[in-house]
Amino acid sequence: MCDVEKKAPQKTPRVATGDRAILPEGAKTIPVYIMGKRYEVPETLTIMKAMEFAGFKFLRGAGCRGGICGACPTVYRMAGDYKLHFGLACQTVVEADMYLAQIPFFPANRAEYKIEEIGGAAEAIHALYPELFRCVACNLCTKACPMDVDVLGYISALKQGNIKKAAELSFDCIQCGLCASRCMGEIPQYHIAQLARRVYGRYIQAQAAHLKARVAEIESGKYDAMLQDLSAMSKEELEKCYVEREREPDLASPGTWQPNEKQYL
Amino acid sequence: MKISYYPGCTLKTKAANLEMAAVASLAALGVEVEEIDRWNCCGAVFSLTADDLIHQVGPVRNLVRAKEQGAEKLVTLCSMCYNTLARANRIMQTDTVKRDTINRFMDEEIDYLGEVEVVHLLTFLEQEIGWERISEMVKVPLEGLRVSPYYGCTLQRPADVGIEPFGSFQLMTRLLESLGATVMPFAAADKCCGSYQILNGQDGAQSTAATILKSAAETGIEALATSCPLCEFNLGKQQGKLLANGLIDSAVPTYYFTQLLAIALGVAPESCRFDLNNGASVDLLKNKNCLVAA
Repeated sequence: MCDVEKKAPQKTPRVATGDRAILPEGAKTIPVYIMGKRYEVPETLTIMKAMEFAGFKFLRGAGCRGGICGACPTVYRMAGDYKLHFGLACQTVVEADMYLAQIPFFPANRAEYKIEEIGGAAEAIHALYPELFRCVACNLCTKACPMDVDVLGYISALKQGNIKKAAELSFDCIQCGLCASRCMGEIPQYHIAQLARRVYGRYIQAQAAHLKARVAEIESGKYDAMLQDLSAMSKEELEKCYVEREREPDLASPGTWQPNEKQYL
Repeated sequence: MKISYYPGCTLKTKAANLEMAAVASLAALGVEVEEIDRWNCCGAVFSLTADDLIHQVGPVRNLVRAKEQGAEKLVTLCSMCYNTLARANRIMQTDTVKRDTINRFMDEEIDYLGEVEVVHLLTFLEQEIGWERISEMVKVPLEGLRVSPYYGCTLQRPADVGIEPFGSFQLMTRLLESLGATVMPFAAADKCCGSYQILNGQDGAQSTAATILKSAAETGIEALATSCPLCEFNLGKQQGKLLANGLIDSAVPTYYFTQLLAIALGVAPESCRFDLNNGASVDLLKNKNCLVAA
């Protein structure tokens, strides 16, 4: 997950670039506890930036830094309160007396399957994840979700055979695994939800006709020559093509723009 | 009339026939069924361990949903859902210590104090529609059909949540009579179907099913009516094997009481999904001219 760099936490906050924290003028520091040890970090930082400020370096457990990749789930508790809280380190701002723990990975069961073989019935999901039926509706999964997904709702939907509902309810899932970390039934909710969305996409959701047509075009070899031309180009040629490429204006009204070069259409 | 309704997981999958026939029948009776939003599994089997409160959280959460959605009564169909919901409700109504513990654990929900009444559809039909009214609404009387209520375990046990006193089968008897059927006395009406023993001891479950079916056939009963998907499964699914092994002499199809209600009310038989009944032929109903949409 993370290594502590062998240097003392910085005493004077520096204005920083890149992954370094950018601190407002006169920012105060507050105490937080990272894996049980007290650090003084500037307020206004996210948990992730605060940990980096304290000298931790993320090798794993950090990804997009934009709240969507699910790599930095964090469990925390405020001093003096039993209640656990959950968030993404890259999105949650530090508060004084936070006790922090990163859970970058959870060893949840992940079933193997071939999506084209399992079929679109709920029983296929039940067979791959029989632990689904260990749910007692305690709802700790929902309480732990940093994306406010109704986890119990989609688990219940799957028990009810409703794959569409499960796919829709779990759509915002970022696969961080905090749900599974809290489950007394040892259910890997997020993996099951992913399977539900895949089954939904493969077997239930209406297929887009234009996508089917495009796949057929690709498979017929229509674009093979273009790809070969690109593959054969030197880096310099590629860069030139990229820089000189025609680009649809951001505000062009849909379906109106046409490139000057039409031979690839 | 509008009712708040709790279906249960099995009624959305293997026992869709129990639900679909009920919803169609209620529509024919002028009752609008409003499924509560965001329900979860009822718990399936009531936990008998006195301090095992985590297994009461599931059923209670459904009652919380009913309360927050403004329901005074929550109607349910499946015997097992009825049982777990009603028993969890009893805890919330009578045991203030457990109630507080459960409410405190479910701190994301409104407090639940047992305000919602859990009602089985049979009770609802008697209290809110009435047998006379149902009898007037019948379009395809089940004339000549010799049928018996099969209650199994969970509709009457324990006494404080039973839909009627132990040993009494009046609710379903009155319903079936209202539909024009001939209701036969049935000695095994409250015997256990084998329940989940089917999963780990097939012989045990087979012998209980055989006893029940044999008793029915010997009494001259042509079909059984149930409200429990597990009873339907155990009695229905095993009949072929029981017949082949000579453990019973004749088949006794098991239907859901809602299916018999639906066909008598003239609801299109397709709404009854008889294809989902385990090993129950509809030939009997066809031969009695009961399977016609009015």
